[in-house]
Amino acid sequence: MPDISAGRLAADDYGKNFSDVHPPLGAHEAVVESDRCYFCFDAPCTNACPTSIDIPLFIRKIGTGNVEGAAETIFASNILGGMCARVCPTETLCEEACVRNVAEEKPVRIGLLQRHATDRYLESHSTYGIRAPATGRKVAVVGAGPAGLACAHELALKGHDVTIVEARGKAGGLNEFGIAAYKATDGFAQREVDFVLGIGGITIEAGKALGRDYSLADLRAKYDAVFLGLGLQAVNALGVEGEETAGVVDAVRWIEDLRQSPDKSTIEVGSRVVVIGGGMTAVDAAVQAKKLGADEVTIAYRRGPAEMGASRYEQELAQVNGVRILHWVAPRQVVSEGNAVAAVDFERTALDASGRLTGTGRTLRLAADQVMKAIGQTFVSGPVETVALDGGRIAVDEEMRTSLAKVWAGGDCVRGGEDLTVQAVDHGKRAALSIHAALSA
Amino acid sequence: MADLRSNFLGIKSPNPFWLASAPPTDKKYNVERAFRAGWGGVVWKTLGEDPAVVNVNGPRYGAIHAGDRRLAGLNNIELITDRPLELNLREIAEVKKAWPDRALVVSLMVPCEERNWKSIIARVEETGADGLELNFGCPHGMSERGMGSAVGQVPEYIEMVARWCKEATRMPVIVKLTPNITDIRYPARAAKKGGADAVSLINTINSIVAVDLDSFAPVPTIDGKGSHGGYCGPAVKPIALNMVGEIARDPETYGLPISGIGGIETWRDAAEYIALGCGTVQVCTAVMTYGFKIVEEMIDGMKKYMDSHGFSTIEDFRGLAVKNISDWKYLNLNYIAKAKIDQDLCIKCGRCHIACEDTSHQAITHMVDGVRHFEVKDEECVGCNLCVNVCPVDGCITMQPMAPGSVDPRTGKVVSPQYANWTTHPNNPSAVAAE
Repeated sequence: MPDISAGRLAADDYGKNFSDVHPPLGAHEAVVESDRCYFCFDAPCTNACPTSIDIPLFIRKIGTGNVEGAAETIFASNILGGMCARVCPTETLCEEACVRNVAEEKPVRIGLLQRHATDRYLESHSTYGIRAPATGRKVAVVGAGPAGLACAHELALKGHDVTIVEARGKAGGLNEFGIAAYKATDGFAQREVDFVLGIGGITIEAGKALGRDYSLADLRAKYDAVFLGLGLQAVNALGVEGEETAGVVDAVRWIEDLRQSPDKSTIEVGSRVVVIGGGMTAVDAAVQAKKLGADEVTIAYRRGPAEMGASRYEQELAQVNGVRILHWVAPRQVVSEGNAVAAVDFERTALDASGRLTGTGRTLRLAADQVMKAIGQTFVSGPVETVALDGGRIAVDEEMRTSLAKVWAGGDCVRGGEDLTVQAVDHGKRAALSIHAALSA
Repeated sequence: MADLRSNFLGIKSPNPFWLASAPPTDKKYNVERAFRAGWGGVVWKTLGEDPAVVNVNGPRYGAIHAGDRRLAGLNNIELITDRPLELNLREIAEVKKAWPDRALVVSLMVPCEERNWKSIIARVEETGADGLELNFGCPHGMSERGMGSAVGQVPEYIEMVARWCKEATRMPVIVKLTPNITDIRYPARAAKKGGADAVSLINTINSIVAVDLDSFAPVPTIDGKGSHGGYCGPAVKPIALNMVGEIARDPETYGLPISGIGGIETWRDAAEYIALGCGTVQVCTAVMTYGFKIVEEMIDGMKKYMDSHGFSTIEDFRGLAVKNISDWKYLNLNYIAKAKIDQDLCIKCGRCHIACEDTSHQAITHMVDGVRHFEVKDEECVGCNLCVNVCPVDGCITMQPMAPGSVDPRTGKVVSPQYANWTTHPNNPSAVAAE
């Protein structure tokens, strides 16, 4: 019988394993680190940030003891700056661009400085910004994830009344349901939602799904504008024999259950876990499986380290936590014993002469008690009716306008979405500014 | 191997690194620790008459910091020694006896009367100390009582007291100058006229180091009030170097031995003072920041520098920079330099660009062919050196002189091989025709 069980660890270990993966900077550390910033002209870090946070300015404010002002600089560009400080792959964004890399290969720790400023701010402020006088205009935002929240906050600032319709029981989107537990501890996602909503003028209607409880046509009739921040709904299938076997789980769902569970010891995990995929979700699932007490966790990915969706930093995080990463293997069959998973058969892959991924005929069997599928999610387009798609997701222009009048979209559900909180925030903000311009015209 | 031994006014020490008269030299305990650490000599903290002065019982120091809280400047309101004269004299004698190879100079400050000076000198005489330093420098506290900088600001007093002291002692007399004057040459000339064997400078600079923005009082704050204090540390070094240079090149004081003081932290700082003519240097703030151990770096670094330049004693390079201090009007206006950015070292922070663009001559690019790229536009560059100074990478931007005969793209004129200065320049209303 496969070895899958909950409660593998002593009670104390759960708290330790799921505490902050990157402890925050102390006040002294923050000042020391802020001294390292060169206050670059036309700063490469700011240019690398999807939300264009004025990073040198906020760091300079930390250095002068003006932490509150630092946070305001951040929130002016990115209202979810607190979560982005925790989950952004800074090593491929601002910190990769930091000029300190050139001479020292050691960037200013921008992410941790941003967290320092935003954490302090949230401790003493219920929101950021002051609303403009009411415009009387009403906007519907579908989805209370990062894109929708950023859009709603910006619209509320401009004086519009916003209604967020959210299919789930509570707001937050992937920040609440998708991010690894050790990246957003102590209920941070909900505290940030409260902070965003604190601006006023935003109503949330939870538990109402587009296409089920109401239609896009309803929204267009009732509101002056609509923003779609739907995210992705379906999980890609492996497309191999045995995929339906007991013990094969969807990593996104498993992470969500773990995240929503106040008692991590109730979450079942296998002794030997195989995670199939190469993105952030694969790493989040694998690391958390290890932290729940799995004995052996392997990430199996069909290409090499450079092609992984997970950043190099995330790959190292997995390895440091004892996860093995196996490259150049593609799943061919889930092997079962009785009615449960026993192993996964892989074929070793390689690039052919023309650079295409191909099987080599050589195979490998990994014994497994639990298999987690993390090979990406897809957009379910039914509910958006006649909105034009591109590559299976919603087509938008520079201002995040869809093909349908009065309808904007952003986040993972649009073409070019990158599964990044910070990019979703940028989409939401840009859409809000476009909506505001349209409503003010 | 370089020989660091120093002979200053006949006072011998194993190296020219002395501790200045200040808290680190207030008593036997500290001085012996300094000697064990390797310091060549000390100037004992200033003695006064009994009853001893009293110090404030609140904070005595304030500071300004550079990045990473590196102490850049220190300010103090501490007075001269607050220990009984007898105790200090006894310890001075003990230390001198135990450490005969080290320099031990005694700093003095008493009211401006001949009998006061002569009386204390007679007592110091008995300790076997090597020399005297007359403290005409401290700008705080004692100056309110007509001592310290109150004397140092009046050249006639300096000359008078120096003369009394020279009459009263076998020991060499060093006059310590205050920088809180308009022209340092006058007090130096007065010291020489009074017969002083040397000058030492600078003492601390009058300062308010900071204002507390909650209590609205100067720092350091004593029960809600603050007083101006004496400023020292790395930040004052440029001021001190200039004053040393002025005295070194003044025809009236040329050759007068100088002990250099002000912001010395490393062998390099010390070597700069020696290049400007100093026979010894005195250190205080650096040891108050890092402890006595820094002298090990100073000794080793100085030796390495001297070896690399073929100097066997400090006399071999002492004063070599004096002849190169010039009045502005004699600087060669035909010397033309352009900044050059080493693209391999450039980290693309853009500080050179924004400094030049916002505040200077718009002579550095930030974008070339759509790519972030910082390069000097020779046709705009006046060679001001600002970019060199704001660049965070040492050696990345350098000033390169243009060869005579080449054309300066900024002016379109051929670079002349001839030396020509302001005194002969056609724009100078008082120009004299070049001959």
